[in-house]
Amino acid sequence: MTLTRPFLLALLGAAVAQAGTPDAVLRRGAYLVQIGGCNDCHTPLKLGPRGPEPDLARMLSGHPEALKMPPAPVLPEGPWAVTMAATSTAFAGPWGVSYAANLTPDKETGLGAWTEAQFLQMIRTGRHLGQGRPVLPPMSVHSLRAATEADQKALFAYLKSIAPVSNRVPAATEPTVP
Amino acid sequence: MRLRSLLGAALLGLAPGIARPTLQAPPRLSQTGLYAAPGLVAARNLAYAPQYPLWTDGAAKARWLHLPAGTAIDGRDEAAWVFPVGTKAWKEFAFQGRKVETRLLWKTGPRTWVLATYAWNAEQTDAFLVPEEGRPGAVDLGAGARHDLPSRADCRTCHGQGQVDLLGLTALQLSPDRDPGALHGEPVPPGGVTLRELVARRLLVGARPDLLTRPPRILADNPTTRAILGYLAGNCAACHRPERPLTGLDLDLRPSGGEAEVPALRTTVGRPSLYQTPGAPRAPRIQPGDPGRSTLLHRMASRRPASQMPPLGTALPDTEALARLRAWIAALPPAAVSP
Repeated sequence: MTLTRPFLLALLGAAVAQAGTPDAVLRRGAYLVQIGGCNDCHTPLKLGPRGPEPDLARMLSGHPEALKMPPAPVLPEGPWAVTMAATSTAFAGPWGVSYAANLTPDKETGLGAWTEAQFLQMIRTGRHLGQGRPVLPPMSVHSLRAATEADQKALFAYLKSIAPVSNRVPAATEPTVP
Repeated sequence: MRLRSLLGAALLGLAPGIARPTLQAPPRLSQTGLYAAPGLVAARNLAYAPQYPLWTDGAAKARWLHLPAGTAIDGRDEAAWVFPVGTKAWKEFAFQGRKVETRLLWKTGPRTWVLATYAWNAEQTDAFLVPEEGRPGAVDLGAGARHDLPSRADCRTCHGQGQVDLLGLTALQLSPDRDPGALHGEPVPPGGVTLRELVARRLLVGARPDLLTRPPRILADNPTTRAILGYLAGNCAACHRPERPLTGLDLDLRPSGGEAEVPALRTTVGRPSLYQTPGAPRAPRIQPGDPGRSTLLHRMASRRPASQMPPLGTALPDTEALARLRAWIAALPPAAVSP
């Protein structure tokens, strides 16, 4: 008994220490970004020899600033409701046009100036910048809300650790047709 | 045994002797200390009315402040009053003469606040704590619009995450030099307090000595601009100010920032807007002489999720404010455009 207690405490201490190390947190964040499909919308697709592939030079930098989108096509009445840019970074639907945000730590155009508290507030409220308009489709902020706070913080830590990309994503717009 | 307790506490993230009971909002409004008897507000609670009120779909509002006996507001920083622990502020909302909700902000510790919303019952005899997620669309405003009882997260969206701001309780909002042209302006309620009463009753201490002889007032070229700046301060500056930085926006809707120029004009008039009206050429936030090209007006008039401003708290555009702002922008001289 006297032997098991120190052993258990040491084990607990080691587990807590490992889970809390910066490297472990970043690995956890990277893993969450991967399985959460963040790249699917926030990393632009480019056309490669094998078809569309993520443009990793612009990883997680959102809708390319230089790609000015023309007005979205008006869909006929029916169950089709959403159109998507070839880059997979701009989406038009009944809510208007939304653009995938720049998640890199660029200070001017990405998350560089964000605090962890703002990031958590964005998730909790489902609001742009944590206090503005609702985060628009197709972003499923409610899925992020279901993550533990530790995982939400790991996500933020990882996003702050990747290479910054200067890319000002356009503001969302409302639908052109009432 | 002791080791096992320590281990358990460590696993729970607690340590013996540190855990403290957390104060929570009572289940009924009548248990919060607002009333002395049913329907009778206790005399210890001070009625007040900010001179530039937040517009909430035309709701009639009543507000009260409670400071614990023997305490006072620390007014040394005029832009950021510090309220004593135990402070409570209530705001009651009524539509068509019926009370629908009362909100409570209660300072429970130096850095902790309880934020709560109470929904009034049909009999109008008491109000009951609304769940944390709020009650969206709880009140029918007519014409297909509905009023939301806010979630706690929404309360914090306007009032702040850590340090909570009592937005209607500022030196400017309680100035006795009240703006007669304020949009939706309300008279000081009977028995209500302004800076004058707070100072006289020593409920505000540390303020500058000339606070009452030179009370806060928005400096503007004319009464219309004064009222417009007041409206933007009361309705927009809770978010759009330097203390709540919104990345990349550079939008500050305070009427005064301590410098010579007015932030609300410097960051809007002739300044490019990140928001773009669909199908229209890029336009500034405020285009002097041209309300139609001013995105600020477009967003105020919108109640679509992608563009509505303010983004929460209202379901209907403020038509009176829009008309006043439209006329003000139309009359702005082109010279008002920043170089």
